[in-house]
Amino acid sequence: MKTFDYRTATGLADGLEPGAVFLAGGTNLVDLMKLGIATPDVLVDVSRLPLREITDLPRGGMRIGSAVRNSDLAADHRVRTAYPVLSQALLAGASGQLRNMATTGGNLLQRTRCRYFMDATMPCNKHLPGSGCPARDGDHRNLAILGGSEACIATHPSDMAVALAALDAVVQVDGPTGQRSIPVTDLYRLPGDTPERDTVLEHGELITAVDLPELPVAARSTYRKARDRASYAFAVGSVAAALDVEDGLVREVRLAFGAVAPKPWRAFAAEEALRGRPATRERFAAAADAELRHATPLRDNAYKIALIRNLTVSVLASLVPSTEPAAQGPAAQGPAAQGPAAQGPATQGPAESATEEETR
Amino acid sequence: MTSMVTRAVGAPVARLEGPAKVSGAARYAAEYPQDHLAYGWIVPSPVARGRLDAVLIDPAEEDVLAVLWYGNAPELAKSDDPELAVLQSDEIRYRGQPLALVIATSLEAARRAAQAVQLEIAEEDHDVELRADHPDRYTPETVVPDVPAESSTGDVEAALTSAPVTIDVTYETPPLHNSPMEPHATIARWDDQDLILYDSNQHPSGIADTVGAIFGLPAGRVHVVTEHVGGGFGSKGTARPNAVLAALGARVTGRPVEVVLPRQAMFSIVGHRAPTLQRIRVGATEDGILTAIDHQTCTQSSRLLEFVESASVVTRDVYPVPNLRTGHSVVRLDVPTPRWMRAPGEAPGMVGLECALDELAVELGLDPVELRIRNSPANPRYVECLRSGAARFGWSERDPRPGQRLEGEWRLGTGMAGATYPASAMPSTARVRALGAGEYEVAIAAADLGTGARTILAQIAADELGVPIDKVHIRIGDSTLPQASVAGGSSGSASWGWAVTGACRELRAADGSSDEATFDTTELVQQQKENRHASGAHFAEVRVSTVTGEIRVSRLFGMYDGGRILNPRTARSQFLGGMIMGMGMALHEESVLDPAQGTWVNHDLAEYHIPTHADVEWIDAAWLDQPEDDLNPMGSKGIGEIGIVGSPAAILNAVWHATGIRIRTLPARLDKILTATP
Ligand SMILES: Cc1cc2nc3c(=O)[nH]c(=O)nc-3n(C[C@H](O)[C@H](O)[C@H](O)COP(=O)(O)OP(=O)(O)OC[C@H]3O[C@@H](n4cnc5c(N)ncnc54)[C@H](O)[C@@H]3O)c2cc1C
Repeated sequence: MKTFDYRTATGLADGLEPGAVFLAGGTNLVDLMKLGIATPDVLVDVSRLPLREITDLPRGGMRIGSAVRNSDLAADHRVRTAYPVLSQALLAGASGQLRNMATTGGNLLQRTRCRYFMDATMPCNKHLPGSGCPARDGDHRNLAILGGSEACIATHPSDMAVALAALDAVVQVDGPTGQRSIPVTDLYRLPGDTPERDTVLEHGELITAVDLPELPVAARSTYRKARDRASYAFAVGSVAAALDVEDGLVREVRLAFGAVAPKPWRAFAAEEALRGRPATRERFAAAADAELRHATPLRDNAYKIALIRNLTVSVLASLVPSTEPAAQGPAAQGPAAQGPAAQGPATQGPAESATEEETR
Repeated sequence: MTSMVTRAVGAPVARLEGPAKVSGAARYAAEYPQDHLAYGWIVPSPVARGRLDAVLIDPAEEDVLAVLWYGNAPELAKSDDPELAVLQSDEIRYRGQPLALVIATSLEAARRAAQAVQLEIAEEDHDVELRADHPDRYTPETVVPDVPAESSTGDVEAALTSAPVTIDVTYETPPLHNSPMEPHATIARWDDQDLILYDSNQHPSGIADTVGAIFGLPAGRVHVVTEHVGGGFGSKGTARPNAVLAALGARVTGRPVEVVLPRQAMFSIVGHRAPTLQRIRVGATEDGILTAIDHQTCTQSSRLLEFVESASVVTRDVYPVPNLRTGHSVVRLDVPTPRWMRAPGEAPGMVGLECALDELAVELGLDPVELRIRNSPANPRYVECLRSGAARFGWSERDPRPGQRLEGEWRLGTGMAGATYPASAMPSTARVRALGAGEYEVAIAAADLGTGARTILAQIAADELGVPIDKVHIRIGDSTLPQASVAGGSSGSASWGWAVTGACRELRAADGSSDEATFDTTELVQQQKENRHASGAHFAEVRVSTVTGEIRVSRLFGMYDGGRILNPRTARSQFLGGMIMGMGMALHEESVLDPAQGTWVNHDLAEYHIPTHADVEWIDAAWLDQPEDDLNPMGSKGIGEIGIVGSPAAILNAVWHATGIRIRTLPARLDKILTATP
């Protein structure tokens, strides 16, 4: 760990000298410093700024201060009733101890868990631009199938951000050039040739809050996370969804995927395919396929296509009110129940060759 | 003493050091205060093979006392373990090999300087990939612990050809890392010519010998203090490079030096369970009587040392088979040396054997419990574990067909597998002293890894001396005490308990004429019964999501014969711990190799998964509690490892029963379920 200076931020317009970074809960940044991956000269502690409130916005919706702890946000009564998907996503992440430290701003800006990124002795275009990406041929079982590039296929690990992407949340930023608002879906960059930059934020830009718009559909929302053990594991695939069904038709829907892309992946194409259409398992599966059509899986991560497709169907079906016809029948029926998801466009191509190898 | 009111042995005595541990008073190796303590940080090799030409450090680095590498490190005497010849050669044999030790006045300074060190390395091509058709594969003479690599009775090929029912399957287990909670850690200090090591290990006497020899010291001049150990699982059975590096650093700087491994280094320099590729062929009569087994294991070792995971050996003992062939082949690769990990050999070997038998049972249309009973005519305790375990688990209600139970989105299934582990003891010496006022001190250089060893020795001594347990003061974890065998091979309680029993009996026989007795079991142990085993049966219920492929273990049950159970409380903890580790082996644990980078890439506990509390939904263990009196004076068998033997197979067999999918490459994870066709 490189020697660094530490100071407490005193006000929003404090500014950030070159080589300085913000410190919030420190649960990600400090680990990266110990590993020699983050090497700041100065830590500016923002966890004590007056950004720890959850307030109602005048025109409906809520404002979450960037220093609000993940545990407090998950427990907030308004969040649990008006945006249950957010509370569930938070509680599906990390551990109780970590959530007590982690903040809203820090959670959004936590960095990928790609195993090459996390090891300073490895090549990685993210921590050492131009050094190459060993993940494409190496370990990528939990890396991106959407939005990646030759240079980088890292995934964004946050659960919370997937819920925020589904909820049309807007990030409030204060920086050297003034204030601006950025939808969460635009906060993250796709890697392209410059994967070293995760987000569109400029040096010195501080996240002050995250705004949740008033969103009636969100009252009926949920988050489901698949992982390699029952708890304390990053997602291998997750889905955040909100759904409003009337007379068997989808009136409104929000859908986002986690652990499949360098950013929380708002499934706009899938939503489009659903609005005004019958709320059936077949339609849900077709909508997932519409989004996953552009997936470019590698040797060991094609399973994510079947996983996301199945999760989408299961999560949306669970949100259909029981009085609606589509809610009938056991969850395991219909296309989502098929293991390999052999039918449908999403699993064509590389997906199938990988299938054979893994099991025998 | 003629009438014993209460016996301590067999009582659920809580661990004596429990309060000290939970209050933080118990000291682990790196927690002994030292004046002028300096901190060592290892610079690991970033390549798997090559030559180290130079180590350069910025002279402006502050607080650095020394940077040791082979270019300037003092010469060490040769050791049987070439991985302990640290900083002695420019050859790089595996990624993560210590290339330099930076010693500084603070931990932060040492780590910072180590990260900034410049290494000049001539890199060479490496090969880290185990393949069954590897051209360098050969048959070793012996495998771990020291048994012939091959065995053959009868005519296996002929018996397989003529058997009406046969199975031919390959099971693969991945590399695994022990990663105990307390990492390997040493504080070394030279007091004049004596070397003091506060070291986390499973064998203080052995560490004193090994490290002493490397520094040209008789064991008596090395003092190893190992009061408390936060787990080892085999990885602390012998001295590891941290002990030698700390001693080197202390010698060069003239200060006490601490070397604590960061978690990442726990995935290189302390050993791993080697991956295995096991081909198993089984032949049986239509009644399910085994006529032939061929069990061949292919595994890996390092360039430095041949250590062969003996996965096929267990098959020699579990079921009597007239035509039996077992063998091992090994490939030497540019990897760290594999070493002991809880039930080396048995744990992976019983994945292959007990899963293959499950496949055979299906082929035969025979219940898997019944198949095992039919093939255990001379093993009544095993049969009792199978029968009684099945009854307690509710096995008889099982529909043998796979994929029949669906609850919501979850497919349910049950599976079982047998368990076995050798019962043995190793030479040890104990001393007991009458302190007056009815109090006694019992001393032996044993190590308590958190298992309850200290407590059990106190129970044994209390009964032998005829006093309440609080009159017995146990001293262990110090190499200056009478020498003890390693806390390994599930032999600790038998070995040390035997010595303690002997010493107590001698003291009582002296009838007051002496207030001290010492007892060495070497001769007795040499006459111990060969080929005796603890045995057991594991039963698992799993559910597998049809949506995500996630596998959860709803119930896990173990029924054991461990001879006399000395302390049901600590025994239960050992059984359950082994079973949970078995769950990890079946579902979670895997060190993921990147062949191009020459190393495992998931080298921390966020990425290398072991079960969490939430993964353990319902778990229980029961035991027969029948002493085996001709084994040792306690009638006990070791129980520290048997829980991980067979429990992975029980879970994998349950996954098949739930889904119809056979996962033959461990661990069973959701991606394998999602992409499989039943
Ligand atoms: C073992 C482990 C398991 C985990 N599992 C999960 C999981 O399952 N799911 C999940 O979602 N997360 C998981 N996490 C990650 C955890 O959620 C993050 O570490 C945490 O949310 C980061 O928040 P923080 O406040 O500690 O951020 P910090 O570590 O303080 O900061 C993270 C980054 O954000 C920047 N930053 C912080 N605040 C601001 C601000 N207001 N404005 C601008 N920049 C800012 C910092 O400069 C830094 O770059 C896990 C972490 C660990 C260690």
